[in-house]
Amino acid sequence: MGKEAQIDTLPFGERVNIGDVSVSLHPAGHLLGSAQIRLECEGEVWVVTGDYKTDQDPSCEAFELVPCDTFITESTFALPVYRWPAPATVFREMNQWWRLNQAQNLTSIVFAYALGKAQRVLCGLDESIGPIGVHGAVEKLNPHYRAAGRPLPSTLRAGAETRDVLRGQGLIVAPGSAQNTPWIRRFAPYSLAFASGWMQIRGNRRRRALDRGFILSDHADWQGLLATIRATGATRVGVTHGYTDVLVRWLREEEGLDAFVVPTRYTGEAAELSAEAPENGEGDS
Amino acid sequence: MKRFTDLFTALDGSNRTTEKLALLKAYFTTAPHEDAAWALYFLIGKRLKRLVKTRDLRAWAGGLAGLPEWLVDAAYDQVGDLAETVALILPAGKPSTDEGQAPKLAELVGDLRGSLTGASPDVQRDVLSRLWRDLESSERFVLNKLLTGGFRVGVSRTTVSRALAEAVGLEPAIVAHRLMGKYEPTASNFATVIAPASSTTPPEQPYPFYLAYPVPSDGQSLADLLGPREAWQIEWKWDGIRAQLVKRKGVTLLWSRGEELVADQFPEIIESADYLPEGTVLDGELLAWEGAEPLSFGTLQKRLGRKSVGPTLRKKVPVAFVVYDLLEVEGADIRERSTLERRSALEGVVQAYGAAVASSGGVPLLRISPIVECGTWEAIAASRQSARENKVEGLMLKRKTGPYKTGRSKGDWWKWKVEPYTIDAVMVYAQQGHGRRAGLFTDYTFSIWDAGKLVPFAKAYSGLSDAEIRQVDRWIRAHTLEKHGPVSVVEVEQVFEIAFEGIAESKRHKSGIAVRFPRIKRWRRDKPAKEADSLASVKALLMP
Repeated sequence: MGKEAQIDTLPFGERVNIGDVSVSLHPAGHLLGSAQIRLECEGEVWVVTGDYKTDQDPSCEAFELVPCDTFITESTFALPVYRWPAPATVFREMNQWWRLNQAQNLTSIVFAYALGKAQRVLCGLDESIGPIGVHGAVEKLNPHYRAAGRPLPSTLRAGAETRDVLRGQGLIVAPGSAQNTPWIRRFAPYSLAFASGWMQIRGNRRRRALDRGFILSDHADWQGLLATIRATGATRVGVTHGYTDVLVRWLREEEGLDAFVVPTRYTGEAAELSAEAPENGEGDS
Repeated sequence: MKRFTDLFTALDGSNRTTEKLALLKAYFTTAPHEDAAWALYFLIGKRLKRLVKTRDLRAWAGGLAGLPEWLVDAAYDQVGDLAETVALILPAGKPSTDEGQAPKLAELVGDLRGSLTGASPDVQRDVLSRLWRDLESSERFVLNKLLTGGFRVGVSRTTVSRALAEAVGLEPAIVAHRLMGKYEPTASNFATVIAPASSTTPPEQPYPFYLAYPVPSDGQSLADLLGPREAWQIEWKWDGIRAQLVKRKGVTLLWSRGEELVADQFPEIIESADYLPEGTVLDGELLAWEGAEPLSFGTLQKRLGRKSVGPTLRKKVPVAFVVYDLLEVEGADIRERSTLERRSALEGVVQAYGAAVASSGGVPLLRISPIVECGTWEAIAASRQSARENKVEGLMLKRKTGPYKTGRSKGDWWKWKVEPYTIDAVMVYAQQGHGRRAGLFTDYTFSIWDAGKLVPFAKAYSGLSDAEIRQVDRWIRAHTLEKHGPVSVVEVEQVFEIAFEGIAESKRHKSGIAVRFPRIKRWRRDKPAKEADSLASVKALLMP
């Protein structure tokens, strides 16, 4: 979107008419403010999800199930190997890992996409363990979350001036691009973790030389996708952005739905599936 | 099983050698011997004989998960590891139990071997379904790893034997030595491995091989790297199979570097060892050999993998054992002596052997690897360039005062291979990698031009940096023309410089040539596809 783009806002659930079409936005549960779009025309309803998840996440509005005739769904993790553990379990492990690192005087560093995932991670941390630091890219976005009343813990901007407080004791949330930078080296020695759905696959974690991979995704997993599709009651399902072929074939052959691929104009989609997301922390926010 | 799974998970989650050492040490200190015996077996890279077909494993797991075959295959393509794919798709397992309740590693392996060996696929399926049901997810993964082999968890054999040595208070070299050869994972064998240093070594045991480091290709001069020329013994680097001949108590064994017994493939070497004295251990290279010079590695390959070698093959592929080190003489381990001392003892042994063979009218099959006499580092560099004419791979540089060490350790032995051949080829197919490279396109097929058409000539998997792999991966995904199963056909555009060690004619390859150790040297983004090399120019590299 260019600078000249005209952006109107619309509260969740409020309808606006564009021509013959009634349009409304509904929480997608992906990150704060993320929305599905509901379109209704002459009694027929379409819903376009964008990225979404159905797992519990205090850092954003909960996913709203919107019944429809045609459902356009994302498919980032549309393979049965993706099965998310309960977020509460993941955070219990993350806090435990932090404590263990502290005992060895290691700084805990969690890589997470700066928008959305970082704030979700922050909401899941146990503040009583130690100081929490954030990279500048994360710090920039936190005020929006706080203003929206999301339960972020108090955080320090991780840098030269907070180094002594954080090193060996603190947990720092940073974007994946911070790995191997001078910024991160000042907190050495550290233990490195990544919070992403891609961490379900061992190779993704090993390729990045991480100490820990926390399986925490802001997208629906395989069962989450299927359950959502079924619950909408849609008879036509468009699949975009991800393992489109796999999901379309499953829906046609196993669920008897009229499913089809919606080509995406978002280039780098496929690359993101394997390389970009775990490498840069982009994509699976 | 729980304890071993925890060890595996912890090792897998760590990138620090010191931490891995500590984890292994803690395991070996606490695990019962019968379990530790198996853990050791797997950690040093040994595997179970295949008990079930991988195709069956996939089908059973798919069945239990209620997934069609095509979907299991799609998942496997993405994960790149069958053991992991199966563990991930199975219905949720039990919550983690404590060691007391879970089956012991040794029991589990015993159970697997007992109930799966020779059983019908239906029985095998039931056994595994029961096991999978009773194990939690990480245990299942480890179980699947045991079944599918290839147990890589980022610890080297050296690290494992060092950790075990530290756990029981032995010298790492002693443990490494005891782990050579046929280690059978029983509690009593494990006890032998960790027995006090004074215990005797079984007569069949080979020594750990000393492995050379490659001379870095960073432009540093040999004089800077190694110091004065006089301190070094130079030999040819032979292009055969590294082997250790062990003659003790009237029995001769021939161990390959992979610790396989290769006597059956080289019966005449065993026979010829009759002329060696008792208590002799030689390190050298098995080569196909005729007259005064070696034959190609391809010729030698005709003997490898054969169950036995009959008279025809003995005649067609004559062999020699070119020896370059002496590790044991009259039953005494002399590895601590200097290269010079060992060399002079070796010359003595080979001379006596030659005389004994001659007096009985036989043909000596053991030959000493000659010293390359070059006065200066410059002359040595020149002789390296002549390696191909001499039918060798390059040079070995050995410090005259150095002992015979264990494993790959830097400093005293260097290998300096001849510059590889290089040609520019076009990428035509790509496939996703496995293991650490799962989910990324890392396996490529390259073609060269022949009368306006591209013919595939080599596959290469290595040589690019991680950053380049990601770029190539992205390019492939955006430029795939069609897919045949896991293989993507890509646009004819990207040129890569491919390096390889050897080239030979081949009937099995479309191009009519086969190359050895092809790998990517450089991504030639500057070069258009039409300027890649031609089959004719590659064939010109074939030795007359």
